[in-house]
Amino acid sequence: MSEMWWWILAGCAAAYGIKLLGYLVPEKILENEKMTRAAGTLTIGLLASLTIVNTVASGTAVAFDARVAALVVAGVALLLRAPFLVVVIVGAGAAALARYLGWG
Amino acid sequence: MAKLDAVPSLMTPATKIGSSIAVATGLYAISYGALGVAAGLNLWQVMALSLLMFTGGSQFAFIGVIAGGGSPGAAFGAATLLGVRNAVYGMQIKAMLRPNGLKKLLAAQVTIDESTATAAGQSDPAEQKRGFWVAGIGVYVLWNIFTVAGALLGDALGDPKAWGLDGAAVAAFLGLLWPRLKSAEPVAIATVCALATVLAIPLVPPGVPILVAALVAGVWGYFGRGPATEGLEPDVEPHPTRRDAE
Repeated sequence: MSEMWWWILAGCAAAYGIKLLGYLVPEKILENEKMTRAAGTLTIGLLASLTIVNTVASGTAVAFDARVAALVVAGVALLLRAPFLVVVIVGAGAAALARYLGWG
Repeated sequence: MAKLDAVPSLMTPATKIGSSIAVATGLYAISYGALGVAAGLNLWQVMALSLLMFTGGSQFAFIGVIAGGGSPGAAFGAATLLGVRNAVYGMQIKAMLRPNGLKKLLAAQVTIDESTATAAGQSDPAEQKRGFWVAGIGVYVLWNIFTVAGALLGDALGDPKAWGLDGAAVAAFLGLLWPRLKSAEPVAIATVCALATVLAIPLVPPGVPILVAALVAGVWGYFGRGPATEGLEPDVEPHPTRRDAE
């Protein structure tokens, strides 16, 4: 099996293990407010980071290209309360259009 | 009369919410599937993540890191950290449903943002149980079906960049982040983590900037003061009218 497969299966095992952990450990250990809070802020920080990495990272360089158009248009769609799938589609459309017009 | 009673009991408020959440969430596996093959994973790998990992944010994180040139190990790290909140959900569902034995093992796999939020929005224990299972199993089934559909669509599209699929990934992550930005603190966390990411991009290998941001966010949450439930919101809000009224 390829290295990719091993990491995929390890990721799946870890994801299930984490889910099960909530059911198995005594409530007192996980019911620590600081841990709950850190789990929540971690989620926000990771999603913000993933958004920006996918927007500007080009290997180890920062690049502003058609993906910035996708970010802006997706933000506008979310402000207009568009459903998730619509946001994704207009994001793709914005990047494709910007690229067609010659921007990155 | 018994028959008439049985009909409305099939669709209780919790099962209605659970099934609409299942459809809305399941549908966006189309974008996950398409982005997964665009990132370079094969159909089986994209499907394995939906069947086994089954936590949307982590799956998007895994393929997002790979698409950006990160190593599979960095993809594993980002996906695993993004799944940490599911332990908190597991704890909440355990307290609500008290599942035993095999049910506990099944419940764990479908413990995600949407099933937890559907259950938590109900006050009657029987409704909490129905909401959790209908949303959890409903999302699981539809998520996996639409993953395959998305992956086949992604394969058929050909050149991912010409279709703006890299822009779709950006939009998807922003869409996952958005419902969690309900007050000043999460916006501040998101901004600081985005800045930390940009600063880290030239300094560390691809994929690792995400882990740097995770460290910043974890430290912020653990040592900072603020509400305990920040960031623990579903991607599709099961109780929009309630929340809008707040």
